Amino acid sequence: MQQAQILSTPTRLRPGARWERFQRRYAPYIFISPFFILFAIFGLFPIVFSAYLSLHEWQPAAGLGSMKFVGLRNFTDNLTDPTFWQSLKNTGIIALESGIPQHVIAIPLAFAIHMGLKRVKGLMTALYFLPYITSVVAISVIFVTIFSWQYGVLNVLLTWLHHIPLIGGLFPAEKVNWLGNRAFVQPAVASVVVWRYVGWNVVLYLSGLQAINGDLYEAAAVDGATTFQQFRSITLPLLRPIMFVAITLTLIGNLQLFEEPYIIAGDSGGIGNVALTTVMYMYRTYNFYSDAGLAAAMSWLLFVLIGVLTLINNRVFGKSRLSGAD
Amino acid sequence: MKKTLTVLTLALLASVAGAQAKKTITIGVFPDLDSVVKAALPGFNKLYPNIEVKINSLAYADHHNALTTALATGSGANDVEAIDFGYVAKFAEGGGLVDISKAPYNAGQYRSQFVAYTFPQAITDDGRMVAMPTDIGPGSMFYRTDFLAKAGVKPSDLNKSWDSYIAAGKKIVAANPGVFLIPDASEVESIMIRTGLKPGEGLYFDKNNKVLVGPDSPRFVQAFTVAKAVRDAKLDGHAGAAFSSDWTTAFQKGNLATEVSGAWLVGHMQNWLAKDFAGKWASQQLPGNSFTSYGGSFYGIPTQSKNKAEAWDLIKYLTTNADQQILAFKTTGAFPALRAAQSAPLFNEGVAYLNNQKARQVWRAAANNIKPIDVNRLDPVADQITNDALSSVLDGTKTVQQALADAQALIQRRAR
Repeated sequence: MQQAQILSTPTRLRPGARWERFQRRYAPYIFISPFFILFAIFGLFPIVFSAYLSLHEWQPAAGLGSMKFVGLRNFTDNLTDPTFWQSLKNTGIIALESGIPQHVIAIPLAFAIHMGLKRVKGLMTALYFLPYITSVVAISVIFVTIFSWQYGVLNVLLTWLHHIPLIGGLFPAEKVNWLGNRAFVQPAVASVVVWRYVGWNVVLYLSGLQAINGDLYEAAAVDGATTFQQFRSITLPLLRPIMFVAITLTLIGNLQLFEEPYIIAGDSGGIGNVALTTVMYMYRTYNFYSDAGLAAAMSWLLFVLIGVLTLINNRVFGKSRLSGAD
Repeated sequence: MKKTLTVLTLALLASVAGAQAKKTITIGVFPDLDSVVKAALPGFNKLYPNIEVKINSLAYADHHNALTTALATGSGANDVEAIDFGYVAKFAEGGGLVDISKAPYNAGQYRSQFVAYTFPQAITDDGRMVAMPTDIGPGSMFYRTDFLAKAGVKPSDLNKSWDSYIAAGKKIVAANPGVFLIPDASEVESIMIRTGLKPGEGLYFDKNNKVLVGPDSPRFVQAFTVAKAVRDAKLDGHAGAAFSSDWTTAFQKGNLATEVSGAWLVGHMQNWLAKDFAGKWASQQLPGNSFTSYGGSFYGIPTQSKNKAEAWDLIKYLTTNADQQILAFKTTGAFPALRAAQSAPLFNEGVAYLNNQKARQVWRAAANNIKPIDVNRLDPVADQITNDALSSVLDGTKTVQQALADAQALIQRRAR
């Protein structure tokens, strides 16, 4: 009898208790649901839609009804398009030209700030970080006026230097058309990228340096190691994990370069298309050529490329070597 | 009691009917066209007191992007949409815009009242008309009278032929150190490929979608060759596209002898581009008897609009009403596409900025000489590829023949 009573208890629960149980079981899902709903709308849906789109031919202005399934044709069309390959080559060159200097400058700079400028570290970090948080459009517009052929500050400076006796011969007599000459466009774009991201990397490396035990430096100093020896034998190896993070971020960012070349070289991609990055070409294909399917396929090709390069980076810099004996 | 009730009911019914008769429609525009519409509304409301118009103005690119999205998804478009010339072909695809050549619109009846080249620009290959023209940009050459005088060059030397343009240009540049004849050599090419088209030919494609760009096309070979001659004679400022920073600065610093553009450029020049050089600029026809159009605006009705009749009333008022077209010209300098508006007394007045030259007559003559050019959906693709080819000719990377052969191959790839 008693047992039966116990068994039947749940059915005779107070209505309030049922509500409590419901709350306990489901409320967390409701509270967490905004994230999943927003992610589904703004994150998942565009990804799935662009995958769907990459298999179709579609001119957006003609309406959703005009989508036509074309299979993998968009992918093969992109892979046989000389301009697509040129855009990949441009992206690669600009990525290297801007990626390598970023780290070559940022690592010693972070080390110098960490070791020598302890008092003003906060100020220096803020100063270097400033370009990163400034609007990229504003930065690029300023660089355009610096690089301008007839009216640019850079050429004014070079002309002025040219007129100084003795060293004048080192500088060009005529104004250099920085953005109108194939050889200079990519370095010009890269210099803006470097200028913008060095600060970001300095901050990353500074945080990495803080994690290195100060005793190591003290011990090395006692042993008579110079600052350079300390940098080479302590800082560089121990910075490896943060270098992996920083280089991965640079890799992904540089392969998706858009704003800097777009504003500096114009939407035409600059003289001879040398500043046409893959993302710019994707934008051009969608916006000017109205070929949404082709652009979507291009974005997936770029995704695959970034994935492969990140994997390679992972092999070179990644975990397997992090815990290594060295 | 019963009587009052009846009266009340009647009054109520009347007011409901009144409210129903008053319809609100929306019009999507971009600057400065929004000022034109704003100025037009008082006059429009006098004629159509039952239609209320709401203006949705967005920046130029945003407006067209929003319209693309609205047409793609089938919702969110305004009842009337302004469309810049460069976008007409793109929006003509599919069934997003109403065919106004059909009843009840029958836009074809107005064709003879408009500048001849405007209507064909809005008519698709399969004969649908997707938009009404409102303003146009007849091409014109602007030149600095003081630089010409100093070099002893007559204005007619500049527009007799392209050869004489280059010869006169060399004299001007020699007499005025630091001055450029033209902001960019590519502007020469873009005029030249727009002249001498055979019937049924578009800029880059003919009626059967055959690619017209190529090393065997005299039109492109000549255009590329002359542009290269301008560059080689060091006459241009390498400024790139119009409104680039070098282009703007060249105007502001005043070291530019000529520019070829739409008549609308004068508005920009007097307001901000070349404010300090008022009275020094003048206008004449383009070199070599060329007449081309630099843009223009249209109004279309999206098929998704629920107020098509009222939308058409508004479009008709904005485009076919001569007084309104004159008002638009006064408001922003939007050159009327309606011929009746071009005989307004205003056209015989001098333009203060151009030293009171009666330049509007020059532009009117140009407008009525411009030939229609067939548009093609792939024009933007061909335009980009041809421009890239030209830039590699200008900087000496490729020969004219080679660049055009490469461009032809690239465009043919796209024309699938």
